[in-house]
Parts: sequence; C-alpha cells; structure tokens
Amino acid sequence: MNRSMLLRRLLQAIPTLFGVSVVVFVLVRVVPGNPIAMMLPPGATAADMERLRVAYGLDGSIVEQYVIWLGQALTGAFGTSISLRQDVLELVLGRLPATLELALFATVLAVTIGVLATMLGSLYRGRWPETLIDTINGFTLAVPDFIWALALILLFGVVLPILPISGRINPRLGTEFLTGFYLLEALLTGRFTVLGDLLRHIIMPSIALALPLAAIITRVLKNSLAEAMVQDYVMIARVKGFSRWRIIWQEALRNAAIPALTLTGVQFTFLVGGTVLVEKIFSYPGIGNMAIDAVTNRDLPLIQGLILCFAVIFITVNLLVDLSYALLNPRLRS
Amino acid sequence: MSLILDIAGLRVSLRRGGHLVRDVSLQVATGQVHGLVGESGAGKTMIAKAVLGILPDAVRVSTGSIGFKGTDLLSLSPRRFRALLGREIAMIPQDPLTGLNPSRRIVAQMTDTLRHHLGQSRGEARGNALRLLQEVQIRDPEKVLDRYPHELSGGMRQRVLIAMAFATEPSLIIADEPTTALDVTVQKQILRLIRQMQERHGTAVLFVTHDLGVVAKICHQVTVLHTGQVVEQGSIDHVMSNAAAPFTRALMAATPRYDQPADALHPVPEAVHQTLRDAARTFDGRNP
Amino acid sequence: MTTALLNWRILVGGGIVALLALIALFAPLLAPVDPLEQDLFLELLPPWWQADADPTRALGADSLGRDVLSRLIHAARPALIVAVVAGTLTMLLGTALGLMAGYMGGVVDTLISRMVDIWTSFPAVLLAIMLVALIGTGLHSVIIAIVLIDWTRFCRVVRAETLAQAEMEYIDAAVTGGLRRGAILFREVLPNILPLVIVLLTLEMSIAIIVEAVLSFVGLSVSSDSPTWGGMIAEGRQVIHQAWWVMAFPMGLILIAVLALNLLGDGLKTALDPVLRR
Repeated sequence: MNRSMLLRRLLQAIPTLFGVSVVVFVLVRVVPGNPIAMMLPPGATAADMERLRVAYGLDGSIVEQYVIWLGQALTGAFGTSISLRQDVLELVLGRLPATLELALFATVLAVTIGVLATMLGSLYRGRWPETLIDTINGFTLAVPDFIWALALILLFGVVLPILPISGRINPRLGTEFLTGFYLLEALLTGRFTVLGDLLRHIIMPSIALALPLAAIITRVLKNSLAEAMVQDYVMIARVKGFSRWRIIWQEALRNAAIPALTLTGVQFTFLVGGTVLVEKIFSYPGIGNMAIDAVTNRDLPLIQGLILCFAVIFITVNLLVDLSYALLNPRLRS
Repeated sequence: MSLILDIAGLRVSLRRGGHLVRDVSLQVATGQVHGLVGESGAGKTMIAKAVLGILPDAVRVSTGSIGFKGTDLLSLSPRRFRALLGREIAMIPQDPLTGLNPSRRIVAQMTDTLRHHLGQSRGEARGNALRLLQEVQIRDPEKVLDRYPHELSGGMRQRVLIAMAFATEPSLIIADEPTTALDVTVQKQILRLIRQMQERHGTAVLFVTHDLGVVAKICHQVTVLHTGQVVEQGSIDHVMSNAAAPFTRALMAATPRYDQPADALHPVPEAVHQTLRDAARTFDGRNP
Repeated sequence: MTTALLNWRILVGGGIVALLALIALFAPLLAPVDPLEQDLFLELLPPWWQADADPTRALGADSLGRDVLSRLIHAARPALIVAVVAGTLTMLLGTALGLMAGYMGGVVDTLISRMVDIWTSFPAVLLAIMLVALIGTGLHSVIIAIVLIDWTRFCRVVRAETLAQAEMEYIDAAVTGGLRRGAILFREVLPNILPLVIVLLTLEMSIAIIVEAVLSFVGLSVSSDSPTWGGMIAEGRQVIHQAWWVMAFPMGLILIAVLALNLLGDGLKTALDPVLRR
C-alpha cells in the first residue's frame, strides 16, 4: 500500500470534517426555541439563565461561539447532555460499539447475500432461478429497512416467536464485558452461550438493514458480472476447462466487484443512517436509538456530539472504501 | 502422421434459422499448422469456437462432427469435454490486452491449468511457468511472473499468452488472429515464435486469420472460406501458386506484400462476392 | 399507442394509488366511527375473524380503544398530502436546479453539483430527523424536510439528462434558428426530460410516504392524537405481544402504497421507454 496516497486521503478528510463541524454548529444555533429555558426548573431567574448561557458558551458573537465550541470539540469536550446529565463524549463512546457491531454485521450479511444471489443468478442465467432472484430483488429494492424491521418483528417475534424483539442481550445472563464490542468479546473469550444470545438479538435488526443493501449490491454486481463474463480472459478461462462456478469466482467476480464496492461504500452510510430507526424499533442500545431520544428531548449537546460521531463514521468509511479499491484493482496500486 | 483434428461436414447455424458455416470439412495432422482464411463474417471464428465449445448462445452446431484424436468432441459430456480443454486443446486469443485477467498475477494465470489438469504443486507449476517464459524469450521472467498484466507491453502479453497455451503440452492449439492486434514489427516476431514453439513441441495448430500473407509465412495447409463455405483447400504451395477459386486469387491480390508498392493492392471485386453470395443462397434454398 | 401506454403495471399500480387517494379524500365519509373516539371497554379488541371481536370494530381497536379501521382511513390523509405536496415540490426544486446546472454549466454547475455531492453523502433519514427536530414538528416541517433533503434525486438525473440533450442536434438547430437560451430550455429540453421526471416523481412519492411514516413513528410528524400510519405503528409496537394487528395493518398499508407507486413508476418507465431511450 502506497503511504503517500494514504496520507493524501487522510488530509482530504480534514476540510470535510471542518465543513461538517460548521454545518452542525450553525444548524444547532439557528434552532428556534430556547434550549436553556428548557433546561431550567420552573421559577428560575434571569440570572440563572445568564449563568447557564455563559456555561454553555452561548454569549458572545457567533464566530466566538464557534471557536470556543470547536476548541472544546477537538479536546473531546462536547459538554454535558441536558437530558441525561452525563458527559456527551462518554455517552456516545459508550453506545458507539453497539452500533458499529450492528452496522458491520449487517454489511457482512448484505455482501454475502448479494454475492450469493448474483452468483446463483449468473450460474443459472436464462433459467428459472435467475427469474426468481430478479423478481425477489425487484421487490426487495422497493421495500425500505423500516418496513423490513417491522415485518421481521411480526414474523419471528409474534407469529413464530423464536427470536427476541428488543435489546442487545438478555440481561438475565448477567455477563460482564470489558469492551463495548460484546459480539467480538464473547467470540474471543469463547463464551458461546452469550455469543448465541447476542446473535439471536442482532440477527433481525441486521437483516432488516442488510436486505435493501443486498438488493442494490445484487443489481449492480449482476450487471458488472455480466459485463465481465463476456471479456476475453473469461473466454480463455472457459477454454482452460474450468467450471462455470470457478470462472465466476476466480476470474469475473473480482473485476466485477469494483463498481459494487463503490456502491457498498456509499450505501454503508445509508445503512448507518438506517440504524437510527432500526435501533429504535428493536430497542437496540446504540447511538441511533440515542439520537432519536436526543432529538425528542431537544438535547442539543448530545445531538451535536452524535452528528459529529456519524460524520466521522461516514468519512472513515469513505476512506476505507477508497483504500480497498487498491486491493481489488492492481492498476491503482502503482 | 496421425490426425489430430478431423472436422467433417460441420454446419453451424443460428437457432432462429440461417447458416453461418456450411458443410465444412478439414483435417489437421500432428505438428501441422492449418490456416483458416477468410474475410470477417466468413465463418472462420465460428469454426474455431465450435471446436472449443464456446459458441454464442444464439448459435449451435446443427450437423457434422468434430473429431479430436478419434473421439467426436460433440458427443462428449460437458465434464469430459472440460477435462480435455486446457489440457489437450488450448487457444491463443486475438487481443493480448484483454486476454489476460487484469486483477490476477501472471504466475496465477499461467499455472492454473498446470495445477488443475496436471495436479502440479505450486512450486512445481511456478518452475514450469518460468521455463515457459524463458522459452518465449521474455526478459527477466522471474520478475514478470509476479507482475500484473497492465505492467507488461502488448507484445509481452502476447508472449505470455502463447506460453500459457503451450503450458500443458496440448496436442492442438487454436490461434484466433493472434497477430491482428499487434503492430507490424511485433507481428513478425510473434509469428516466428508461434512457429518455433509449434515445431519444438510438435503441436498441431489451427491458425485463424484474414491475412493470406500471414498464412503464407506460417502454415502448411490452408482452407479458404467465403460465406461459410470452403472455396479452396490444400497445401500452402499448391494454393498460393495455382489458386483455382477466383475468390482466393482476389484475396491474394488484396493482401499487402512487402515486395510490391501499396497501389498494387486490389480489393476483392464485388462481382466475385456476388457470385459466392448467390451460391450461398442456393445452398440455403437446398437446406431450409 | 394506448395499449402501449397501458401495461399491467400501470393499471395495477395506478389503480391502487387511485384507490388510496379516494380513501384519503373521502375519509370522513368512509370511516365507520370517529378515529379519535376512545372506548376503554374496547381496549385491544381483535379484528373481526377472531373470537370476542366486535362487529362495529372490523379491524379491532388499539390500546386506547380507538377503532383501527377508522384510524387507518384517516391516516391516509397525511400520507397522501405529504406524498403529493412534498413529491411535487421536490420535483420542482430539483428539476429547476438540475436544468440550471446542466444548461448553464460553468460556476453554476460546479456550485450545484458540489452541493448535491455534500447533500447525498449524508443519509436521508438521519437528516430528516435532525431537520424536523430543528424546525419543529408538524406536517409542514415534514414536507419541508423532504424537499430540502431529496431535491438532489431529481437534480442529479435532470442535470445529466439536460447535458445529454444539450449535445443533440435539434438543440443546435434551435440555436441556429435563433431561439433564446431560456426558450430552448422550456421548448426543447424540458419536454424531452419530462417522462423521466414523471417516473422519478412516483418514486419520490413512495419515499415521501416512508419518510412521513418514519417521522410520525418517532413522534416528529403531526401531533400524536391525529392518526398517522407511522404513529399507529409506534403505538402497536408497544403492545405487539397482546395485539399484533395494531401494528400489522398500518405496516401493510404502507407496504402496499410503496409497492403500488413503485409498480406505477416501473410501468410508466416501460411505457415511456422510447422517449427515455433505455
């Protein structure tokens, strides 16, 4: 991997982050309604209010406010959550691993489903399995993760009650974790009962998030795979006597994966956006669920912290996608 | 001298009707290079693809047989046919730029048949690939093995593809216009190389081209096609010195020669085409 | 011509959409009871085919004893209003900006394109929730949020299409024929991208319905006592083990509306295919 390229990409992320910080700051400052007034108990005096305004840096010009705010943000001081009365950074970092696990698990599911569906469709090109996959795919493309989540709850939570419909882990298991990454930790420490329980909790929300993405991956991958399958090197591979399955896997898929990967990167941000709702629906304790509560409670410091957290995730993902091109496309490496 | 390839009465047709190749028979013996010549659309590529079993979906072999060392390839199960492909039969493609997979290293692409068909170990196959690259006179073969295709020039890639085709010591190689995409100086080197390799390994080659000049340099036997039919067949000396068919004579006049000025070139006269097209139509009328 | 324009997708999709629109329009006449009327004796009443159902509450009642059917019918109104108003406004804003960017080029194009890039790098649902949180709840905020977020969908497509159209011969002919740029835009370019925009509009309407449902689900749409599909889903989620139907019916309706609009869009796309050249 080329080090200067990595550095350049990292540097490119800085202005983006700066832009996001400005937007976050301005958005939150133009909010109608007085968040300070909401924080105070009834019967507070004007002096109390002024004290709080100073405490939150709300006096002074807008530029001054921004500089103060940015300085605090850079040191991780996002202030105290109004509704939860706790440090914002601590709150966000405490919840972040749950969302990351959910989003990554869902992405892995989506890619697996997408690649399998594409390969099956391509293997049975022009026959009924392909038609079936296309039809299901068309349907899946139209249905958003919100509806999938609800449908899954109805199906596997109520009609056929085999899966838990809320939370991340059964509290009665009473296990302690050192990190926020429960799934990973349970796997590494070999606690398989706990792991099973975690998987039972994560499977429905992650499927709800994965299905729309899987449908998009399938569509794009199928087109690019069809393009790759008529290339000369695929013909050569056929003439080398390899099976169709091996040709798809060994020759075509990697070259077809580049457009699908671009898309997965873009769509991953939407998947993370989707966690907001899906976490709410499944009462899953991640930052998405927290964001909705923060919005309902008009908890401005927490909202700011969360938006910046999401922005950092999106920028990181885009960076990772850029770098993984190089892995798939040797031409970009030199 | 035994027969490697024995095509008899081959007819390739569109599924929705119409013939692309009409009753073509040709034989290629051990160690021989057989030129299959014709203009684009004459059906020469279809014959090559029929032998390799890679005809497009809309096209099929309607009658005839493709004998390979005594067995009819058309009667083989897909699995048994695949066991022959890449081991006994190989191909050199037209375009060296697209014939190699851009995302796989040269060594992976050169050794996969050795490992798949001959069960060689990774190290053994790599050694053989190295030997082959030396044989096709690629400089610094050890380094080239670990390169990706885009890091090589067009001529080098064609050499790699030639080495790849000879890797499993096949009895038959189908070369589909292997020099057309290259510039003239490289063309001559590549032709010489194919001929050298073919002689050294004793491989039979079916050499598909539109260029009679190329045929004259490399082939022992030649079959001239027009609108899917054989118009001339025989040894190269015989065909070049006393071509009987007016089309062959016309094609020879249309072939650039280094010893004649460019204005000595004559395109194939329309009258010749028309006569042959009429003949083809009569053929279709006979076999609806 | 007519047979080509009326394929089964248009008939089925359009039919369902029209039906939903009629339901929304005549909701007060169609709803059997007042959707806000609470009757604690009817709390979590099951739908008609189950035991101890009440024939006056065909689809059962929710946790406050309100009639599910009547609430479903009334909730079609906000959904359809948002679909039509937000869809149309989004189309107008996005198309206008897309035409400007594609036709004027230069700085205008760069500016608009950059904006689209930044906009689309943020997930829409998140943006919508944040925006509504900031501008306050209510149907108008939902509409504003959708327009502000989703104009990029039209803008991107219209810009690309305008660029493609602008390179075509008939534009040159119009220019040499002495038409002003603005006139060319409206007389020559716009009619040619209209079919595409209409197809996108059906898609946008289905997205608007989903966004409205999502926002009312998290309690950021119209006030909580007037019925919305998303609000009903949120209430139903609370009592899902006792009364699954409170959530299932609005969910089903959203699914039907979304699929019908997608089907209609697909059908229109096929019908207008020669125009779209796809």
